Amino acid sequence: MLRDITIGQYYPQESVIHRLDPRVKILATFVYIVSLFLVKNFTAYGYILLFLGFSILLSKVPFSYIVRGLKPLFLIIILTFGINIFMTKGEVIYQLGPLDVTKEGIRQAVFMGARLILLIIGTSLLTLTTSPIQLTDGIEKLLNPFRRFGMPAHELAMMMTIALRFIPTLLEETDKIMKAQMARGADFESGNIINRAKSLVPLLVPLFISAFRRADELAMAMEARCYRGGENRTRMKELSLHGRDLVASLITLLMLMIVILDRFIM
Amino acid sequence: MSIIVENLTHIYNPNSPFETTALKDVSFQIEKGDFIGLIGHTGSGKSTLIQHLNGLLKASSGKIYVNDFEITKKDVKLREIRQKVGLVFQYPEHQLFEETIYKDVAFGPINLGLSQEEADQRVREAIQLVGLSFEDVKERSPFELSGGQRRRVAIAGVVAMRPEVLILDEPTAGLDPKGRDEILDQIKNLHNRYKMTVVLVSHSMEDIARLVDKIIVMHKGTVALQGTPREVFQHVELLESIGLAIPQITYLMRKLKAMGKPIRDDVLTIEEAKSEIINWLRRK
Repeated sequence: MLRDITIGQYYPQESVIHRLDPRVKILATFVYIVSLFLVKNFTAYGYILLFLGFSILLSKVPFSYIVRGLKPLFLIIILTFGINIFMTKGEVIYQLGPLDVTKEGIRQAVFMGARLILLIIGTSLLTLTTSPIQLTDGIEKLLNPFRRFGMPAHELAMMMTIALRFIPTLLEETDKIMKAQMARGADFESGNIINRAKSLVPLLVPLFISAFRRADELAMAMEARCYRGGENRTRMKELSLHGRDLVASLITLLMLMIVILDRFIM
Repeated sequence: MSIIVENLTHIYNPNSPFETTALKDVSFQIEKGDFIGLIGHTGSGKSTLIQHLNGLLKASSGKIYVNDFEITKKDVKLREIRQKVGLVFQYPEHQLFEETIYKDVAFGPINLGLSQEEADQRVREAIQLVGLSFEDVKERSPFELSGGQRRRVAIAGVVAMRPEVLILDEPTAGLDPKGRDEILDQIKNLHNRYKMTVVLVSHSMEDIARLVDKIIVMHKGTVALQGTPREVFQHVELLESIGLAIPQITYLMRKLKAMGKPIRDDVLTIEEAKSEIINWLRRK
C-alpha cells in the first residue's frame, strides 16, 4: 500500500554512491534531469542509460527495489503513453474508432514514456542513496549563498527535515488508527467514492488531532533545548568534498557534454 | 476451546532489506471464559500476535480458530471475526472522532449492521459497563473528558460490539493509579458477568498476578512459557533473563525465605502475603 512508494525512502547500504557528498549528488541529479530534457533521439538515451546503469550498479541498490518505486506512478506513465499515441498527427497506420494511431505517435509515446521512466528512476536513486538528513544538509549548504538575498536557507532546511522526519511517524500513526477503526468494523476499501470519502472521517479526525499534538510537543521540546535558528549553529557532521566527489562530478559533466554534443552538433 | 493458535508465523516486509520475523511457529490454546495475561518484553511479538487474533494482520503461515471458526481461511468475512473478537489498542482514546460520546460508541455496532434500537441498547449498556453514566455523557464531546474517562469511552466502543473474546493491549498505560484500578476492575467485572474470554497485555506483573487465570510469556516471537501465574512466576531466572520480572511482593517473600524464615515463597498478591506472614508470626 503506502509502503510501496520508494521516493523519499532511504536504502541503507555501503557504497561509493552512498558516500558521495549530498551536494554533489543533488547537483548531479539536476544535471541528469537537464540532460534528459535535452535528448532528442534514442541514441542519446543510450548515453543516459549508460550513466544511470553505472550509478545503479555502483550504488548496490537492488534493481527490483528501484523498479518498485515506479508502481504508484504506473497510471501516469500509461496515460502519457496513451495520449501521445493517439494525439500526435502524422502517417496513420491503424484506426481505433475515432482515434488514429500514427507512426509518429508511437515514436513519440515510446520516447516520452522512456523519458518519464528514466526521470523517476534517476531521481529516486538520489533519495534511495541519501538519507533525509544528508539531503536537507546538502540543500541548506547549496542555498546558503542565497541568504544574502533574504532566502531563509536554514529555516527551509529545518522545515524540510521536520517534514521528512514526520512522514514515517504519520504513516505509522495512520496505520494504527486505521487498524483501530477496522477493529470497530470500519470499512475503508469498499463502496462508491462518496461512501469511501465518508469512511475517511474516522481516520482523518484522530490523525489531525495527533499531528497537531505532535507539532506542539516538538515545538516545546525544541524550545526547551533553546533552539533559535541558524545563526552560529555548529553541526556534528560537517560536509566535506573528497576525491570521489570530483570524479563523480567529472563523469556527470562528461555525460552532459556528450548529450549536448549529440543534440547540437551531430 | 475459545482460541486455538497453530504454528503461527508472521514476517514483516518479506523480500526487502527490512524483513523481520515477528512471530515464529507460535502455538497455544485458550479455554472459553479464561482470563489470560500476555506478557513479554517490548518487541517480543505481543502486538503482532493480538492483531492476528482480530484478523487485522494476515498470517504468513499457520492457523487460528476462534470458537471453532477458522479465521485464517482465505474467504472469511472480516465482519464475522470482528464480531467474535474485540480488540482494544494501546491508547484507544486516540481513535475517538465523533462529536458526541453516544455516536462514537455507536460506531462499532452500526458498522455491524445492527438496527437502531439494538445499537441504542448496546451503547447504553456498554457506557454503563465501563462505569460512566449514560445520561450524563451521551451528548458530551469525547474531547471534554479526562484521559481516564476518554479511555473508558474508547473501551465501551469495543464492548458495545459484544465480542466473545475481548483483547486489551496495555489498557492502563499512562493512567494514574486510580484510573488504572478503575479500568482493571471494570475489565474484571466484564469477565465475571458475561463469562467473556479476556486477553490482557500488560507490563505490570502485579496486575497480571492479581487478575489472570493463565499467563502466556512471549519472547523473540515465540512462546517462552505458559501456565498459571503461580507456575510461571516460579521461573524467576528465565523471566529476568528475557527482561521481565515477578511481582514485587513475591521478591519480598523469596528474600524472607532465603533468610531462613519458614514461609511460602510462591505468594503473588499482597493479601496472600499478609495472611502468610501473620500465620508465620502466630506460629512463632
